[in-house]
Amino acid sequence: MKTTTKQKIAFSMLFLCTIIVILPVLFVLGVIIKNGAKGISWNFLTTMPSDGMRQGGIYPAIVGTLYLVSLSIVFSLPVGVMAAIYLNEYAKDNLLTRLIRLAIVNLAGVSSVVYGLFGLALFVTFMKFGVSILSGALTLAIMNLPVIITASREALASVPYSFREVSLSLGLSRWQTIRHSVLPFAIPGILTGAILSLARAAGETAPILFTVAAFYLPNLPASVFDQAMALPYHLYIISTQIPNISIQTRYATAFVLVGIVFTMNIIAVVLRARLRKKKKW
Amino acid sequence: MVENKGKSQKEKGKSQVKIEVKELNIWFGKALALNSLNLEIQANEILGVIGPANSGKTSFLRQLNRLNELELSFKMSGEAFLDAKNINQLKPEVLRKRVGMIFALPQVLPMSIYDNVTYGPRMHGINNKQELARITEEALKASFLWDEVKDRLKEFATKLSGGQQQRLCISRTLAVRPEVILFDEPCSGLDPISTAKVEESMLRLKEQYTIVLVTNNTKQAARVADRTAFFLMGELIEIDKTHKIFTAPRDKKTEDYIQGKFG
Amino acid sequence: MNIRSVKEFIIEKLIFLSGIASILFVVLIFVFLLKEGIAFFKEVPAGAFVGGKYWYPISDPERFGILPLILGSLLVTFGAILVSVPVSIASAFYISEVAPAKLKDILKTGIEMLAAIPSVVLGFIGMTTLVPWVKKTFHLPTGLTALSGSIMLGLMAMPTIISISEDAINAVPKSYKEGALALGATRWQAMYRVVIHAALPGIIAASMLGIGRVIGETMAVMMITGNAAVIPQTFLQPVRTLTATIAAEMGETVHGSNHYYSLFAIGIILFILTFIINITADMFLHRNKK
Repeated sequence: MKTTTKQKIAFSMLFLCTIIVILPVLFVLGVIIKNGAKGISWNFLTTMPSDGMRQGGIYPAIVGTLYLVSLSIVFSLPVGVMAAIYLNEYAKDNLLTRLIRLAIVNLAGVSSVVYGLFGLALFVTFMKFGVSILSGALTLAIMNLPVIITASREALASVPYSFREVSLSLGLSRWQTIRHSVLPFAIPGILTGAILSLARAAGETAPILFTVAAFYLPNLPASVFDQAMALPYHLYIISTQIPNISIQTRYATAFVLVGIVFTMNIIAVVLRARLRKKKKW
Repeated sequence: MVENKGKSQKEKGKSQVKIEVKELNIWFGKALALNSLNLEIQANEILGVIGPANSGKTSFLRQLNRLNELELSFKMSGEAFLDAKNINQLKPEVLRKRVGMIFALPQVLPMSIYDNVTYGPRMHGINNKQELARITEEALKASFLWDEVKDRLKEFATKLSGGQQQRLCISRTLAVRPEVILFDEPCSGLDPISTAKVEESMLRLKEQYTIVLVTNNTKQAARVADRTAFFLMGELIEIDKTHKIFTAPRDKKTEDYIQGKFG
Repeated sequence: MNIRSVKEFIIEKLIFLSGIASILFVVLIFVFLLKEGIAFFKEVPAGAFVGGKYWYPISDPERFGILPLILGSLLVTFGAILVSVPVSIASAFYISEVAPAKLKDILKTGIEMLAAIPSVVLGFIGMTTLVPWVKKTFHLPTGLTALSGSIMLGLMAMPTIISISEDAINAVPKSYKEGALALGATRWQAMYRVVIHAALPGIIAASMLGIGRVIGETMAVMMITGNAAVIPQTFLQPVRTLTATIAAEMGETVHGSNHYYSLFAIGIILFILTFIINITADMFLHRNKK
């Protein structure tokens, strides 16, 4: 066989494999939109569930997820950004730095349900926060740390080295240099990472199973020490634990969850694209 | 700072040592970049430093404001003095404020012209608008940029031409009122006209500042330097009045380099 | 001036603390899993725990053998590897070496979207589409099988494997490929004779990280594999994984009971497993960089 014919066949096979990856994405999204969109109504989004979740809306689950995600970013963003600053601006090439890098790799790889166990042992039981929004948010925050650190570090590394030299050569201290000549130019990249991590946190179920999630609550949570319903957990229970729920309600819930997650992703992607265009150095 | 400058002006008549380097060795990793350098720089002179690539001239320059130590692999021995004070005993911020630097490529920060010039002073705690405006005008005039940009100070600095950007960098350094200015091949990316403007401002600046000019362009050293030092492979081969270096060098290597036989 | 340097001193200390926080958290996770799980090994010896064939945590007498769960995890993971690794590596090559620039962007966005879909949503879609399909195709009493889990987890591992493999392929010096092309090789020959060898450590690391993700995956696998804690014989029967066991049973345990501790013991095993996988993968990645 001619080598060019071989190449054609080989490339077609590679293309086919790529299609195998992409098609399920379209399929999953298609199914959710087709079956879920018609279940969406103002009522569905803004009322409490009733009749054992079979009627009413998913309002408390949406609210719970928003609470959880916002509180988790309050913890993870400062620590993550400062850790990235340490690694990119201060760290020397030594054992400690290598250990930190390995630790981040491991945090990123720990199973989500193990995070759930950890949150249960540390925050719920040991620190006596109970099954609460605080426990869940802290668990999610630690889980999201590697994402934020990695993204922030990339953003910092993309700021030209010369900015630091200029600033230092004007007699500014190291921190002034980072604060005024590096961070401002890394903020869009850091934000992109933060939003992506929010999206991920919004969809996580296993870490909140034992730390915050409630099957059903008649009232919205009043403080961070309350339990809360959450969208991904709600989808889990209505699709596995409660019989005789209309399939449309399930799909509509999945639609809302995917909608929230994807909206955040799209915002992050648009931000990143605009940042690339705008880059002036 | 102001007192300092007054002193240097008062004693301008006699030559006064501004910077003294004793037995300076610099390594990056295992590579010796500078080998037992001894050198004095007079106040209010322009010292030209010439030499081929890897001759150690940039390592020397970056030692004078301790930028070398940003490299993780940097090691040194020996001493350098600014006004008879060991620079390693000064806080790096204090040293770098007194010893400013202009880089090879114009490194404007992605902000307005005004913000670039006032960047240093603002960070050093000057917040008064009028004071900042005065500093800006003074600094831009000293680099002959004022007339070209005075009506568009709020414009983005990256919109300026390369030569204008480099003069903006000079203004930015002047705005923190240093005593010594280090130029690291400041015209390597510039056209002849821009180069002439930068050189013109250097000649004007030496009335108030001590200048060290590292350059790949021997003719530039010949045009502006009072004295010139020739570096080769990490060693100082020769230092003398510029016209002597260019007309009657003592060392054969200097002569060969100036005549363009290598480098 | 003085206030500023005090402020900077505090900030820089905080930065350092945040820097080492990751180490602290890894240690904390391990310590707290041990704290809750170690007591269990006083009741049940590790050998009997790992090698025991019966998982009856709430019957009388209780039996805590996690062999069926380990085998369940292994079976689903093995299937997922078969599903995802070849396809993912092929797509990584297509995206980085063959696809035109525009298509490349579209494909990458598609893969990012796949990575973004929450696991519980994939589990739900698996329940409504994949599971009935498996049931019908193989004429089974139930579609909640290891096979369904393998297919879905294989899909979920793809973004990880593709993006890290792609990085490895892109990191291969251009000169390698150009050298081969200059000798008259076609792009395909250059790819499978030269590029794949140079990128191999990275591709191995990518596959390992994909596997790590599969082993740790919880929600989707719990929703579509049937959760029967028996030693599996084929792909076409229900299985239960380590992760699903924890997620499904923790809610029903009594705090302080053997059952409660046993789930933490499973957590320890999972943690050590993913720890080893991640460290090894990182070693491969690091070697690739040199």
